[in-house]
Amino acid sequence: MMINAFAKQVGIGLIVGISLACQTVYADDGKLLATGAVTSIEGSGGGGIVPWATTASYAEEGEWGVTVNANFADVEDFQLGVQSLNFTYDNRVEVSFAQQRLGLNTIGGDLKQDIFGVKVRLAGDLVYGDMPQLSVGLQHKRNQTYGLPAAVGAQDDSGTDFYFSAAKAWLAGPLERTWVANYTLRATKANQLGLLGFGGDKNDSYDYVSEASLGMFVNRHWLVGVEYRQKPDNLSFAKEYDWRDVFVGWFPTKSVALVVAYVDLKSIAGLPDQTGAYASLQVSF
Amino acid sequence: MKFLQMTLMSFVLLLASAGAHASSLYQELGEKQGIDDLMATFVLEIAEDERVIEHFENADIDRFHRMISLHVCELVGGPCTYDGANMIEVHTGMGITRTEFNAIVENLINAMEQHEIPVSAQNQLLDILADFHGEIVGR
Repeated sequence: MMINAFAKQVGIGLIVGISLACQTVYADDGKLLATGAVTSIEGSGGGGIVPWATTASYAEEGEWGVTVNANFADVEDFQLGVQSLNFTYDNRVEVSFAQQRLGLNTIGGDLKQDIFGVKVRLAGDLVYGDMPQLSVGLQHKRNQTYGLPAAVGAQDDSGTDFYFSAAKAWLAGPLERTWVANYTLRATKANQLGLLGFGGDKNDSYDYVSEASLGMFVNRHWLVGVEYRQKPDNLSFAKEYDWRDVFVGWFPTKSVALVVAYVDLKSIAGLPDQTGAYASLQVSF
Repeated sequence: MKFLQMTLMSFVLLLASAGAHASSLYQELGEKQGIDDLMATFVLEIAEDERVIEHFENADIDRFHRMISLHVCELVGGPCTYDGANMIEVHTGMGITRTEFNAIVENLINAMEQHEIPVSAQNQLLDILADFHGEIVGR
């Protein structure tokens, strides 16, 4: 089911990508290759599981950009499918909308939520100057399947995450390669991204969590890296664990980016050893 | 433990060898002749780029090529002395945008690819030239 849904998403992405390549669309693409990064599972521009201080797409000062994205993760007992749309202006403001669906193989059924995101670059630049690129953002999440979350102790069917991010690229870092690092501090009440609701019987207040990514460009088109995401732990029925992944990103052109990763989500809802594969496709306009 | 030590050792050695390379950027770019040739390709890339060509319409291309070759030669540690105007003076009144600066960077990358400059040397040159972003953009 999920594979089909993903195939459909990728299919749409590919068709969009191909039609883009065939037309002579003049894209606003003033940024350098890969500096728009990719799109995270919550629809915000970033890595795979972490939103970055970068704004999505290749829109520079005074330019507009749009990305269409599909993400998919397949771990032991769950499958996460995400489709998102992201608008950016001026390399300054990013507005995103994402729909997540988590398929519960073992338990049966699925969990869904919608995420509305806004991010604003405050200062600095990813590539130029000494100051890192600094951004603030929020992700307003609305759970569409609140029955199960409520039953396991969630306190709310919607919630808003607030985050601060700093990102920097070093053009000639160690090994004379280009490196990129991002740190994100997030205030959240979301259980498993919000798919299990917000707040819980164990804790119903905001937690501050740290998220970080580090990547190295092997050349201009290939990025390898790692990510770590701390998680809150609000529900007493099952402990929530931090997430991590190792990824390879491919940026063949400014129109398309593809990421594959190995993700380790530890134990989710009491089911242990949730490791598996992750893939995402981004088409930029 | 032994494995960890060896991994760390080889990583340190790798870093050290990368560090040793840094001093020979001038050689990696093919010294004076290599830089002259690379800059010639770079200038041609710019001339064919409609995003930025307007800024070069009244430029003396031969002089531009000579001066930028000299400047790059000096910046990468070569035996050259750039005696032209500084980057702020050169670009004041041009109103170079961030997009245009990036377009020029892409032209340089294309030129370096054509000359098969290794990624490590490309990155070092880009790193040196990126420092001028603040002196060039928005003047």
